Amino acid sequence: MTETTYREAVNRAIAAELEADDDVFLLGEDVAAAGGVFKTTEGLQARFGAHRVLDTPISEQAIVGTAIGAAVQGLRPLAEIMFADFAGVCFDQIANQLAKYRYMTGGQVRLPVTIRLANGAGTGFAAQHSQPVENWFLNVPGLKLVTPATPADAYALLRAAIRDPDPVLFFEHKGLLNVKGPLGDGPGELGRAEVVRRGDAVTVVATQLMRHRALEAATVLAAEGIEVELIDPRTLVPFDLDTVRASVERTNRVVVVQEASFAGSWGATLAASLTMEAFESLDAPPAVVGGDDTPIPYAGVLEDAWLPDVGRIAEAIRHTVGF
Amino acid sequence: MHEIRRFEGECHRLFAQGLVRGSTHLCDGQEAVVVGAARALRAGDTMSCTYRGHGAVLAMGAPLDRTFGEILGKADGLCGGKGGSMHLTDMTVGAIGSFAVVGAHLPISVGAAFAARYRATGAVSLCFFGDGATNIGAFHEALNLAAVWSLPVVFVCENNLYGEYSPLAWTTPVERLADRVGAYDMRAERVDGNDVLAVHDAVARARGLDGPTFIEALTYRQRGHSRSDPAAYRPAGELERWLERDPILLHERALAGAGVPRERLAEIAGEAARAVGEALERALAYPDPDPASRFEHVFA
Repeated sequence: MTETTYREAVNRAIAAELEADDDVFLLGEDVAAAGGVFKTTEGLQARFGAHRVLDTPISEQAIVGTAIGAAVQGLRPLAEIMFADFAGVCFDQIANQLAKYRYMTGGQVRLPVTIRLANGAGTGFAAQHSQPVENWFLNVPGLKLVTPATPADAYALLRAAIRDPDPVLFFEHKGLLNVKGPLGDGPGELGRAEVVRRGDAVTVVATQLMRHRALEAATVLAAEGIEVELIDPRTLVPFDLDTVRASVERTNRVVVVQEASFAGSWGATLAASLTMEAFESLDAPPAVVGGDDTPIPYAGVLEDAWLPDVGRIAEAIRHTVGF
Repeated sequence: MHEIRRFEGECHRLFAQGLVRGSTHLCDGQEAVVVGAARALRAGDTMSCTYRGHGAVLAMGAPLDRTFGEILGKADGLCGGKGGSMHLTDMTVGAIGSFAVVGAHLPISVGAAFAARYRATGAVSLCFFGDGATNIGAFHEALNLAAVWSLPVVFVCENNLYGEYSPLAWTTPVERLADRVGAYDMRAERVDGNDVLAVHDAVARARGLDGPTFIEALTYRQRGHSRSDPAAYRPAGELERWLERDPILLHERALAGAGVPRERLAEIAGEAARAVGEALERALAYPDPDPASRFEHVFA
């Protein structure tokens, strides 16, 4: 089977949806002529034309607002926010306008807007271009949050996001762009976790870069006789709690591995949910491994120390298993 | 204009009776802007406006009773009671939204215009906002993008001289807001916002041209910013001078000058009062929303 990079998977997903539906268009900073700063949109303007693949000014509020207005009038916009941190510039458009619009109008409008954001740490971009910001939006009802870790998920879930009738924030991890893997055929389904690895000692839940590191940690631990069950929720909203809970009811232990720091994060929410809903199944307190409670530093040794690595993840799992 | 004035009067009264929650932002004195502009539109055009939007939504043709119903938080209100006074929306008449974060809807109005051009419908996107919005970033991003993409947006700035409680001169270094859009190489026009025909003609001109237009409509907010504001900060005599230029008064005077009999003018006012009164009665009889309906419409 041929292998495709995460970057190419994103590109192919966008192309497939531009091909499938004339109402889909792409707008963002340098997405058209330059093909995107991460080259995820390369060649799309040449193939689909300047009226469907558009470069915008550096105006995040205008990018998201334009997507909202076009969606209300029946189009299916795909907007790019170059670095996910820049969502701070258009937070009002996302949190107050996009997420609440349908609700405030009593369902008179649909907002099939997808916003792609280059997310995550580990690539030396320093504090304002590295934060995994998916948690900023966790407490904003009305948004769906997608966090793919593999080329297959990037492809299938981006196609599903664009087809979805609701606002979707689609987080593309900068550290995974060159990861290779097979692609499936069509669009996937939002809200379904993947059991990445079967095991009976402990349930580990991880997304994006942390999924890959957690899988490495699981290999290390297997050599020690600890069989990890690794689950990637793939979408944070909607969240497939059923799959995670069913696993925890079998393993009786859970470790969440995320890039972001703890407070207000999806990992913290999951730990709370499992404590409330599966308390009697737990033989150990839920653990959350995450980045430190600081902005993300620049220097390699500092950022490497900030981001959970395989050793830290494995140690947290050993601790939970040995509790 | 009579209907809107009556409507706002009733809202004022309903708020005092405790039947309207939160706050209300009335548009008394600014009726000519919304009526003149809306009448220059065609079917398929869209309108977005601010939280001071009762008049704009009614001018587009939203029914009086369901608009009252929304402000009263009723099940049969325009938005099923989920939006209220600040979020009146009626997609069936092109009123695509009332927005309560200052300036936030300007980029959205650009999106509506983008859709019109994308599908070559020939529609325009009319966008009302206040003088205060010209100081927020979204205003500049929206005007810049509309200009650089040459999109059919008619930006109508209702310059009512006050941004919430602050007079324009305290917050804004230029007196002519139309001067601000020179930076976007955009057509700009200043009109008497209390002259309904002048507003109509300006919007009709803009509608017939390619690309965006900025219209500064000079008007006056006859009441305070919101229900809790008595507007004590106004200089003595200012309100009285503007009441002499009340848009309804000016238009009645013009119609009388053109030969419309006084009796007919009184009849129009009477019909409006009756329509508003009857609509309010119907709205008051609407049922409250089912509490379970709060879970609907988060997602499609």
